[in-house]
Amino acid sequence: MANNPIIKIESLSKTFGSGETAVTALDDINLSIYPGEIFGIIGLSGAGKSTLVRCMNLLERPTAGRVIFDGSDITSLSDKELRKVRQSIGMIFQSFNLLMQRTALDNVCFSLEIAGVPKKEAKKRARELLETVGLADKEKAYPSQLSGGQKQRVAIARALATNPKVLLCDEATSALDPTTTQSILELIKELNQKTGVTVIIITHEMKVIEQICHRVAIIDKSRIEEVGMVQDVFRQPKTQATKKLIFTNGDSNEEFAGKGRYLRLVFDGSQTDRPVIANMVLKCGEPVSIAFAKTKMISGKMYGHMLLELPENPEIVKKIKAYLDSEDITYEEERYDA
Amino acid sequence: MLKDIINEIFSAEMLSLVWKGLLETLYMSLVSTAVAYAIGLPVGMLLLVTDPDGVKPNKTINTTVGAVVNFLRSVPFLILMVAVMPLSRLIVGTTIGAKATIVSLVIASAPYVARMVESSAKEVDRGVIEASLSMGASTMQIMCKVILPEAMPSLIYGAAISSTTILGYTAMAGAVGGGGLGAIAINYGYHRKETVIMWLMVVILVLIVQVFQEIGSFIAKKCDKRIG
Repeated sequence: MANNPIIKIESLSKTFGSGETAVTALDDINLSIYPGEIFGIIGLSGAGKSTLVRCMNLLERPTAGRVIFDGSDITSLSDKELRKVRQSIGMIFQSFNLLMQRTALDNVCFSLEIAGVPKKEAKKRARELLETVGLADKEKAYPSQLSGGQKQRVAIARALATNPKVLLCDEATSALDPTTTQSILELIKELNQKTGVTVIIITHEMKVIEQICHRVAIIDKSRIEEVGMVQDVFRQPKTQATKKLIFTNGDSNEEFAGKGRYLRLVFDGSQTDRPVIANMVLKCGEPVSIAFAKTKMISGKMYGHMLLELPENPEIVKKIKAYLDSEDITYEEERYDA
Repeated sequence: MLKDIINEIFSAEMLSLVWKGLLETLYMSLVSTAVAYAIGLPVGMLLLVTDPDGVKPNKTINTTVGAVVNFLRSVPFLILMVAVMPLSRLIVGTTIGAKATIVSLVIASAPYVARMVESSAKEVDRGVIEASLSMGASTMQIMCKVILPEAMPSLIYGAAISSTTILGYTAMAGAVGGGGLGAIAINYGYHRKETVIMWLMVVILVLIVQVFQEIGSFIAKKCDKRIG
């Protein structure tokens, strides 16, 4: 990633309202997103992630800071110039936002019409795109006759019709069921590989990040907490906000509610093809109980974490730790009082 | 007795009078509706886009145009009609008859139409407008390619309501020399106490309202693609 970023955000802040009632949505955000990558931005609702993505094409005007797209600062452009730039930034939404009075084909034509493409050519290109997203047989259907997944496919075709350099996805799968989410993410991944379009995904769902993102930024309370390769952030989350997102995915029901001393093992995708726990028990001669575990497969590798209840005997604890060290497994001792 | 009444109503003379009144009424309401839309549609769209939440917020324009619209809408029609007589003379050369009535009808109904258009256009999903902005659409493109087509069914319903309201105004115009069925109802029914004629006019007016409303609803339903 030695090349220049396609989108660079510099000390960007956004405040809604003013005076006593002012709400800070984004606070000093700095981010670089590179051509061809799939970049995820994850945060709980209210963290500011939607505002951030809307600042990238200036649907929302930042209060301070710059947004640099493909080398030029778009915050200083005239309305006309900005409209031109927006044609190279496609966007899809949670609620699809299709024109309800137009057919699927005419919806795809819409972005081309705006870009000034002649009607005949637009129709041809729109048909190609519907084919690409797997809806060649639905060109005459109106949005009301399509399922959620099909609507999002039309929206993707519409967003990509003008060959944009970037595709912004604002919670694009949040209104879809898990199977449909899966297929839409597959499609986005495929289009990214085929056309090289840079994809920026805003989501509150960890599984979206796991499935297709290369890099991820964690946003919490209006600030970027952490940025890195997905597997690095997963292996060693640095901040509390990240841990919370990764370990519980924001769902507190999954929070462990035991008592005592525990060891949290973290799996980073390199050692789980070996029976680690079984070997440990054999080697240390002390059975341990697994109090909580959450693991998942990401690009064919196992990631996750596990809570082991620690035995009373300090000697055995030492042995266990030594074993884990030798196996290069990251761990952390934790104590729960509640 | 009854025979006399029937004979009077359906005398050739009376029939041609009613027929002429009907045509006049239709002419006045349809032309006024058309002209009122020619003015009210752009004004309504202007109010919408310059709204603080609109695509192109502009407080000065929005407040000024909004105030004029509200002022015209709050003047009772009967008074407005008398007040604009000099203007009618200027534009169509007379202050009585169908043509003169059209002038006052347009002035009274254009602001009403503007608000109808604004409220229909407001129903268009904010997200769709946002998506269009994200594609680089201009304000003009958003109005012509997004808001108007998306709001079309609602606009047509609104047009049916507006035209029937304007039809009601034409009847009122009859009181001050406006012509049409309203004038017949007033002249024969009220001044000459021929109650039967008056009720006949009322029945015809009711029927026209029904027809306008049905046609409007039919077209609106026909062009709405939201119902699969």
